[in-house]
Amino acid sequence: MGAYIIRRLIQAFFVLLIVTFLIFIAMRALPGDPILIFLGEAETESTTEEQLQELRKEFGLDKPIMVQYANWVIGVTRGDFGESISYGDDVLTMIAESLPITLHIGSLAFILSAVLGIPAGIICAIRRGGNIDASVTLTANLGICVPVFWLGILFIYFFGLKLQWLPIQGYTSPFDDFWLSFRKSIMPVFCLSVFTLASTTRQTRSSMLEVIRQDYIRTAWSKGLKEREVIARHVLKNGLIPIVTLKGFHVRLLFGGSVLVETVFNIPGMGRLAVDAIFNQDYPIVQGVALMTALIVVLANLLVDISYGWLDPRIRYQ
Amino acid sequence: MTEQTTTTVEFSEMLPSVNPYVRFLKVFFGRKVVTFGFIIIVGLLFSALFAPQLAPYDPYEIDLDKTLLKPNWEHLLGTDALGRDTLSRIVYGTRTSLMVGFIAIAIASSVGMTLGLLAGYFGGLVNMVIMRLIDALMAFPIILKALIISALLGGGLKNVMIALGVGLISVYARLMCGQVLSVRENDYVMAGQVIGASNLRVMLRHVLPNCFPPLIVMLTLNMGAAILAEAGLSFLGIGIEAPGAAWGSMVADGYQYLLTHPVLSFAPGFAIMLVVLAFNLVGDGLRDALDPRLRGMI
Repeated sequence: MGAYIIRRLIQAFFVLLIVTFLIFIAMRALPGDPILIFLGEAETESTTEEQLQELRKEFGLDKPIMVQYANWVIGVTRGDFGESISYGDDVLTMIAESLPITLHIGSLAFILSAVLGIPAGIICAIRRGGNIDASVTLTANLGICVPVFWLGILFIYFFGLKLQWLPIQGYTSPFDDFWLSFRKSIMPVFCLSVFTLASTTRQTRSSMLEVIRQDYIRTAWSKGLKEREVIARHVLKNGLIPIVTLKGFHVRLLFGGSVLVETVFNIPGMGRLAVDAIFNQDYPIVQGVALMTALIVVLANLLVDISYGWLDPRIRYQ
Repeated sequence: MTEQTTTTVEFSEMLPSVNPYVRFLKVFFGRKVVTFGFIIIVGLLFSALFAPQLAPYDPYEIDLDKTLLKPNWEHLLGTDALGRDTLSRIVYGTRTSLMVGFIAIAIASSVGMTLGLLAGYFGGLVNMVIMRLIDALMAFPIILKALIISALLGGGLKNVMIALGVGLISVYARLMCGQVLSVRENDYVMAGQVIGASNLRVMLRHVLPNCFPPLIVMLTLNMGAAILAEAGLSFLGIGIEAPGAAWGSMVADGYQYLLTHPVLSFAPGFAIMLVVLAFNLVGDGLRDALDPRLRGMI
């Protein structure tokens, strides 16, 4: 087990190297010049070629790509993610400010989708073909189709503008004002979780149905166990692996969704930071955000793989 | 004894009469929602092909006397800030969505399946290199990948298709690799190798066709995912250039007039949802119809 985790961590390290290297190359291959974007049109006119060279040197953009990449990797290991080209701020500080916001909204969405989705799927599977099953399945089918940004706009219109129940914009930290933070996060969290909630429900329902027809479930029933015990100890436990796999995918999906949700609700999270940085061709920020996202996604996948052995002791790691 | 024989004869006569295509169609159209999805997709293809005939107005014609009209009998969904008919723009938006979806999926599936086939068939080092690359691609949400790639290529609809295509490669590569690994174990693959068929021939003639059913399902389900992602990108302002019509950018444009003219955002978003729903329903239907466990039940 320990050897397995170490090997996976080494693999994860290489995956992160590949990710950052690909993005490093991609960002440098962009047709625009970040220095010109940084200066803006008016200043570009008045800047001489020597001054431009000076600026390139300052940001390390004059060296060969491989050297720039090596410098960046060495910097990262020391906690130095470089400076933003367009804002001049330290990239690590910018990520440290925006990542907790994305994690706050994202983890609530993740929890919501698991806490509501798994029981909903179980109920559907137990009452297969009934009214509850039909209506929940229909809602879940709609939930995986709805564009999150559009759902956010619908919510803003009905709950924000028309009913005036909830604030429509911005973010407040729960440590500053818990109640306001709670009210502000309801709509973004729900929007972000809709897809994951719906797909968790669908996956739970189908893997429960798969397990329910197994012989050992019939045995569990016939030896007189209560419904709750059959479901919790036999059905759920054996049907959990595909659900856990799906929840692993959801970590990545939530990062993607947060890009849109943060745009709609004007939340200064890491998704918004990434979009702005991509538009401004701000290499160091894109690099940093990419690394953070990939790191969390890769670690989540590792956790999922480790949990397989715990969920099903027959699974052995080599 | 006599009775038993009769039953057996009837049963064995019955089996060949169930044509696999008939069985497929029976399962597929046996569910109302799948038929519903199928009809929507046919309708969408129709409206994409005949957009000029179906749209009541020119979707690009700016009429500053008729800006921000509420829905009425002349303009069923009203007009936008430039006086363009919303319904006509939604009809033309079908073209954008379907085209981006089809081409992105074509790119993703052809590249991804090739990579997956190579990785699964050859295994070893080839598998290691390809799969680590795929892992790297998968460590990222698709929308960020597509944002970076389309920014790299310089925006525009063509580049969004490429970006989404590259973004979806990993799904196909992984699925294909898994399929090949299981198909490869079959005797007919070894038989092919034993009689001296080349690797290429075994891969293309024997392995590939047997990997198809789950891939077809994945292709359909991914159409929905690609259309959703395209909508997200055009909502963020990447892809379609003015005055072209894309549903995502229509939602974004309408957002500014949300309080007074909600229909400008609501209508195109509803169209996105309907299309994605249709592809998902048909994908589910295909999965059920192609499921070997259901064979012989009808």
